Amino acid sequence: MRSQAAELVFDEATKQYPGRPEPAVDRLSLTVPAGEICVLVGPSGGGKTTALKLVNRLIPLSSGDIRIDGTSILDLDLVTLRRGIGYVIQQVGLFPHMTVEENIATVPRLLGWSRQRIRERVLELLELVGLDPDHDRRRYPAQLSGGQQQRVGLARALAANPPLMLMDEPFGAIDPIVRARLQEEFLRLQRELGKTVVFVTHDIDEAIKLGDRIAILREGGRLAQYDTPARILAEPADEFVAQFVGADRALKALTLRTLGDLDLRPGTWLPGLPRVPVATTLRDALAVLVAEGHERLIVVDEAGEPLGTATRDDLLA
Amino acid sequence: MIPSFGQGSACERTNGWWCTDWLRDHWGDTLQPALLQHVELSLIAVAVGFAIASALAIAGFRFRLVDAPVGALADFLYTIPSLALFQLLVPLTGLTETTVEIALVSYTLLVLYRNMVEGLRGVPADVLEAARGMGLTRVQTFVRVELPLAAPAVLAGLRIATVSTISIATVAAFVIPKGLGEPIFVALNQNLFKTEILAAGGLAVALALTADGVLVLAQRLLTPWSRLR
Ligand SMILES: Nc1ncnc2c1ncn2[C@@H]1O[C@H](COP(=O)(O)OP(=O)(O)OP(=O)(O)O)[C@@H](O)[C@H]1O
Ligand SMILES: [Mg+2]
Repeated sequence: MRSQAAELVFDEATKQYPGRPEPAVDRLSLTVPAGEICVLVGPSGGGKTTALKLVNRLIPLSSGDIRIDGTSILDLDLVTLRRGIGYVIQQVGLFPHMTVEENIATVPRLLGWSRQRIRERVLELLELVGLDPDHDRRRYPAQLSGGQQQRVGLARALAANPPLMLMDEPFGAIDPIVRARLQEEFLRLQRELGKTVVFVTHDIDEAIKLGDRIAILREGGRLAQYDTPARILAEPADEFVAQFVGADRALKALTLRTLGDLDLRPGTWLPGLPRVPVATTLRDALAVLVAEGHERLIVVDEAGEPLGTATRDDLLA
Repeated sequence: MIPSFGQGSACERTNGWWCTDWLRDHWGDTLQPALLQHVELSLIAVAVGFAIASALAIAGFRFRLVDAPVGALADFLYTIPSLALFQLLVPLTGLTETTVEIALVSYTLLVLYRNMVEGLRGVPADVLEAARGMGLTRVQTFVRVELPLAAPAVLAGLRIATVSTISIATVAAFVIPKGLGEPIFVALNQNLFKTEILAAGGLAVALALTADGVLVLAQRLLTPWSRLR
């Protein structure tokens, strides 16, 4: 089920906490097109969380405006606004006294859905986020691993099929291996659901991996650059952005494309050349060449059938 | 002088520790009524105390200004020895059940109030933020999240309040001839009949243990999740 996604516009959005000399978010203006993932990234204290919570009014705007599909959040009733937005946080915040099923059913229940419809939706969501509908449904949060809890948190946020999702470092507290898997699954999910997502992280690699666009906030909540990952890596707007994305930005850019994006050369299938799956990123493919001391590799499809070859220069072109 | 224990059995005449025939003869006219009265006294005290503590706790939780004075008052009531409290109340409310209940209720308030407020305050911040973010109203957050999460603390308080009320209620016999304190009181005053003292005291202990057991069971049934952490 594909919901309509919403366009999100920050219009000079500003948050000035009382008793603070500087704003936490300073005249932030950016548009997240419907169905895109916008990643807010920046140093700690850069105002990412604040910017995110301005959207569902967990923090009130000091000045400026935020619009969802053209409607100012200030014109919406608070409960309606929040029920239309999926909200996922790092600490997950599952209700410890409710089973997984009850947690996921929270918003549908408030919306008065029928039992039958809620049950079906819960099962569908458990499947979607990779949990076992039979076994995990009746468990309590305390009986789940951190990764599983975060999946439940995601399912709960998706329950009423909101067009907009706000996610604040959802994978921040999870070990790197599970984290990478959750990122992959999140991308798969997003291809299926096509929601508008604002995703906060302070990990630039996560931003590059997940974002359709990346907004880099600097201290004081000022927008340093808002662009696609490729352009941010290729043309950092200033010294701050260049520093933030790191000296290895050329290498990072290689993670944005896979072997499938190259024009492969027809080749002779020399034995001894490394065989690399077509879905591999150029960076990982390069790593294989470096590790094995070759100039050329054979690209294979899922079944292991050769598709063509690529040289090191092809990868770096 | 050897006190006379009337015309009962040999056991009674020698003031035995456990005279089965006396127990059999006086279960119906002494022990059972005393037990039922004791249950009634305790039940009313805990129920009224629970109601008052709930109202105060909700107020103290929502308005921090209320918390300090209410907490201090409950603390103060708790420190007055029960006999002294009865003495203080008698001139006001007489030798009545009201006097007893006022005193018993006073003792439940502290434990119940403190546990309720602490239970409500103990709800993790991330859980509350998730609830707000999902669009739960204040009332919905309270009813669906804060109250159930406070339940283990509330039930723990209820256990302590119930057991201590059952124990303190034996002192009620100083004011009114009711409850399991009464047979003890009578035996102490008249002939120090050991079987009667032992039986009534034993019943009070058994009652307290039973009530505690019931509440533990309720805790397991009502908050199955609370033992997982
Ligand atoms: N409730 C508050 N009252 C006052 N100042 C606050 C409040 N919340 C955040 N701040 C300040 O606003 C600034 C931005 O904080 P924010 O939490 O938005 O940063 P962040 O980018 O999410 O940081 P992190 O990566 O550490 O999560 C910080 O200087 C912080 O101290
Ligand atoms: Mg933050």
